[in-house]
Amino acid sequence: MAEFFSMGGYGAYVWPSYGLAAAIMIALLVSSLRGLKATEARFERLKAETRPVRTGSNNEESPDGDEA
Amino acid sequence: MHRFANPTRFLRIAAVVQPWVAWITVTLFAVGLYMAFFTAPADYQQGESVRIMYVHVPAAWMGMFCYAAMAVASAVALVWKHPLADVAAKASAPTGAAFTFLALATGSLWGKPMWGTWWVWDARLTSMLILFFLYIGYMALQGAFDDRARGAKASAVLALVGAVNLPIIKFSVDWWNTLHQPSSVIKMGGPSIHPSMLWPLLILAVAFKGYYVWVLLVRIRQELTANKVRILQLRQVHGG
Repeated sequence: MAEFFSMGGYGAYVWPSYGLAAAIMIALLVSSLRGLKATEARFERLKAETRPVRTGSNNEESPDGDEA
Repeated sequence: MHRFANPTRFLRIAAVVQPWVAWITVTLFAVGLYMAFFTAPADYQQGESVRIMYVHVPAAWMGMFCYAAMAVASAVALVWKHPLADVAAKASAPTGAAFTFLALATGSLWGKPMWGTWWVWDARLTSMLILFFLYIGYMALQGAFDDRARGAKASAVLALVGAVNLPIIKFSVDWWNTLHQPSSVIKMGGPSIHPSMLWPLLILAVAFKGYYVWVLLVRIRQELTANKVRILQLRQVHGG
């Protein structure tokens, strides 16, 4: 086990290479996924806010309007 | 291609494809990393340090691949005004920059024990550093304009002009004297490395590509949803 981690004396170069790659790639993936989730949540919120305003203005245009 | 031009249809397809891409990528990484550490032998000259190759080479390939994808998408956006092309180019940049940075950093970590130095200003390393700066410039330029369309156009032009760097990187090891070894995988007459090392390298290269597609899908979906948010906001500002 210790032999595996020493990488024939090159452990100080091999492990940081893999560690850095894992850290950067996971960070980019997680931040991208979080960005998508946050934007989707924002869109749903805005959509919910916008709908009453729109039907309200529609009602002004045609007071007896029936949207169905 | 035009069947995917409709952003709404693209969003629907991307949401279905994304989990498959994710699983394929994770599986390829698991297999590739296992082979890289347990079945691939140490190099007779470089010893165990050769295992750095399995992240360094795929990262370097993908650093260039992402730029090529970005340049093609930028050309499509400039010429045909394809609605997804701009978005795809923009979504490729952070991944490409990350891969290029990884290629430089792991190259440095490999260079120290093998060449005795972290860095040399030779053609391969310098042209790769320029590639990294091109990505940074592309992303900075995109956000530098109040008018998003102008930012997209300016950065698309930069992406196209910068594409001249790609053949320079590729052939730098042949055109100039350098510490960096010439290509041993993609060359006339077939690869000159043993299958026991070639297989993990190729599997990890495909895994990196899968990772790129995965992040690309996520970022395109994010960007398209952000566009919808902007439209809704405009509608609210203008009295709904």
